[in-house]
This record gives sequence, structure tokens and C-alpha cells, in this order.
Amino acid sequence: MGVRSLVAILALTIALIAVLGSQPQWAVFMPGLLEGTWITVMVALLGSALAVVAGLAAGLARLYAPTPIRWVASTYVEVFRGTSALVQLFWLFFVLPQFGLSLEPFTVAVLGLGLNVGAYGSEVVRGAIQAVPRGQWEASTALNMTRPQMLRRIILPQAFVAMVPPWGNLFIELLKSTALVSLITLGDLAFRAQQMNQTTMRTIPIFTLVLLIYLAISLVITIGMRSLEGRLGKGLARGRGAR
Amino acid sequence: METETLWDWSYVAEILPILAGAAVVTIEATLIGFALAAVIGLVLAILRFAVPALSWPVAALVEFIRSTPLLIQIFFLFFVFPEFGIVLDAFTAGVLALGLHYGAYCSEVYRAGLEAVPRGQWEAAIALNLGQTTTFRDIILPQALPPIVPALGNYLVALFKETPLLSAIAVLELMQTAKILGSETFRYNEPITLVGLFFLAMSLVSAAAIRLVERYLKRRVAR
Repeated sequence: MGVRSLVAILALTIALIAVLGSQPQWAVFMPGLLEGTWITVMVALLGSALAVVAGLAAGLARLYAPTPIRWVASTYVEVFRGTSALVQLFWLFFVLPQFGLSLEPFTVAVLGLGLNVGAYGSEVVRGAIQAVPRGQWEASTALNMTRPQMLRRIILPQAFVAMVPPWGNLFIELLKSTALVSLITLGDLAFRAQQMNQTTMRTIPIFTLVLLIYLAISLVITIGMRSLEGRLGKGLARGRGAR
Repeated sequence: METETLWDWSYVAEILPILAGAAVVTIEATLIGFALAAVIGLVLAILRFAVPALSWPVAALVEFIRSTPLLIQIFFLFFVFPEFGIVLDAFTAGVLALGLHYGAYCSEVYRAGLEAVPRGQWEAAIALNLGQTTTFRDIILPQALPPIVPALGNYLVALFKETPLLSAIAVLELMQTAKILGSETFRYNEPITLVGLFFLAMSLVSAAAIRLVERYLKRRVAR
């Protein structure tokens, strides 16, 4: 689907939320759900930022760091990819306090989801860097650049373009995983929905609105990443000639 | 009062059999959920591929399922179905949600597999006067399926790691059992850490298994 039709679907989704949310039977749920949406968006944003940092650090470390650091990075990636996100959140929330480190639910949410998605992201980073043609390294060597210079000026800018679409998928994964934080008592969208469901038992309006809100946020992410991809891709297409 | 220890081996020995029992439920949910996902995904992919009128609605459905959280879908199935008079027990609702969610993902994988079969195969089947169904069953699918086995395997592992979500609707799988054990004794270290280790071990083993299958399939194609 093109960006334009995605924008149309997004507009449709938001209109649907507005129409349904103003129905007398449904309107009571909107304020609470919107408050939850705010938390969900905050967790998603901060978690994504942490994921990008962790993913870049771990990805680069696995490629270029000295052996001990490479091991640390590999262990981090395998542990966070190999276990369940929910188990990780529970571990951070229930087990860490026993080691004397108590964290707020919000901190646990950002930390857990960011590190979890960051582990997947590190593989994206690694793949994208390895996909940059060898000739680029050789040309940089011929120009007498140092290794950090090559990486910063030549390799990473090209790798970033290849990273954008998979990172878009990961951000959506992260958004969807934010629903898990409701289980560690953070008042996000899913938490509010469940709370209202338990008190009112009006499942259909509540969960329909919630699904539509998540869909709207996903669409915003998809549209944002698509346009970023388009903008970055332009420079690349010029540089490499028509493809 | 005895001192708090961080890790109590006798407690581990006590809860290990209980967790092992719960692991069976986790594995059951994984296998049934994935069987559902594999079938639902195939049906969605074939509908999208073979019935042009349904192509857009199916695509929209798949996009919708992939864009909304699994946890909400589990709640939706568990709480909404009873309003239509269909009461599902927690395990069934949870497994159904897993199957639907991953079915949507798998349908994309099948689609890639179907589209990768060269057009010439279709044309040759027409030239041999084979019917639509025969072509699909005997010519296209056998070529479309082997290359996508590794991708499906990845979703099996992903689905396996999502099963703790079933604890949210009180299915007595590993996570829920660990939480109950923790709340009974106020010792969360051992149960939750053991659950994490179990998932890590299973994921590493299955990742290795997928790699083996992948290598086997590649060798077969090369020959």
C-alpha cells in the first residue's frame, strides 16, 4: 500500500474513533482510554529510543568491539531474544527488587521493552552494515580514512537507509508489546481497558475502541517510517545511479 | 528468623515438578496454536491469491490483526465471545487468539512462497490440462512450501515466546504458575528465573533445529 492510501486509512480510523467515541453509550470510556493512550505512547516513544541506542551499541559491538565486549553484547542479544518479553518484564519487576533494586513500573516498562526490541534491532544493524558493499570499505581505505571515519562517514549513512524498513516493523512490534506493561500494573491503554471491562462488563465498546486506537498509532508509525524511507532512499538512488 | 537467601535450592527442587507440569500446558498451547496458525495462514493466503474479490478484504484483515496487540486480541476473544452466547474456556480462547494472530503473519509467509513459484509452472499446468485444484495441490504448493519452512519455524518460536500472555486470562501455563507460586511464598526469584531459563533453553534449541532444517532444505534444492 502506498503512503497516500495509508493516510486515508488512518483518517478513516480516527474518524471512526471520533464517531464511536461520541456515542452516548461509548463516550464514558473515552477520557480514561485517552489517558491510557498517553502512557502507551510515552512508553512506546521512550522504549523505541532506548531500543535504537541499545540496538546500535550491541550491533556495532558484535561487529567491531574487542572480544570480551563482543561476548557481553552477544549474551545480551541471545538472552533478550531467547526469552519472552513478558518474562523479562516480570523478572525486572518482581525479581530485581529482591536484589535491592526497585524500579517504578514505568521505568521497568521502558527498560524491558527497549532492551527486548533493541536485541532484535542489533541484528538489523549488523545485517545492514554487512550489506554495505565491500568496495565502499576499500574505497575508504584508498582515501586513507581511519576506521572510525570510514564507519561514521561512509558505511553507517548507507547502512541507515537499509535499516529503516526493518526498524519500522520493530517499532510496531514494540508498540504492540506495550500492552504487556498493563500486567505490571502500569496504567496504559490495555490496563485502562481491562479495568473498565471489569467494572462495567461492557466489553464490545471498550475493546473495539482500544483496537482502533492501537491501529491508529501503528498507522502513524508506518506512515512516518515510509516517508523517512522515501526521503533517505532518494539520496541513495542518486548516488548509485538509476536502479 | 532465618536470613533471606537470594536463591534457595530446596525451594527450587520443590517447585520444579510443578513448573514441569505447567510447561506441558505451555507446549500444548504452542503446538495447537501453531497448527491453527499454519492452517489459518494457508487459507488466508490462498483466498488472497485465488479469489480476486477477497484479496483486498483479506489484506485489510491481515493488516489489522498485525497492527494490534495480541494481548488485546486475547482479551477480546475471551470477553467478547460470551456476549454472543459462545463461552470459550480460557485455554481455548487463548490458543484461538494465538492461532489467529500468527495465522495473519504466516499468511504473508505463504504468500511470499506462492508468489515465488515461477509463472511457467502455472502455464505448464494449463498446457497439461490440469484443473485449478490439481494444479494448486500437486504442482504449486509442493514447490511453494519447502522454501518457507525456516520462516514458519521462526514464527513457531515467536509464538512459543508469546504463550506467557495466556497468563493474563488465567490459563495455568508456565508464567501463571510461576506467578501463583511467587504470590504464595513471596519468593519470585526462583520461579520467574526458572521460567526465563526454560524459555531461553527452548529458544536456543529450536533456533538450532531451524538452522538444521534450513541447511537440509538448501542441500536438497542444490541437488
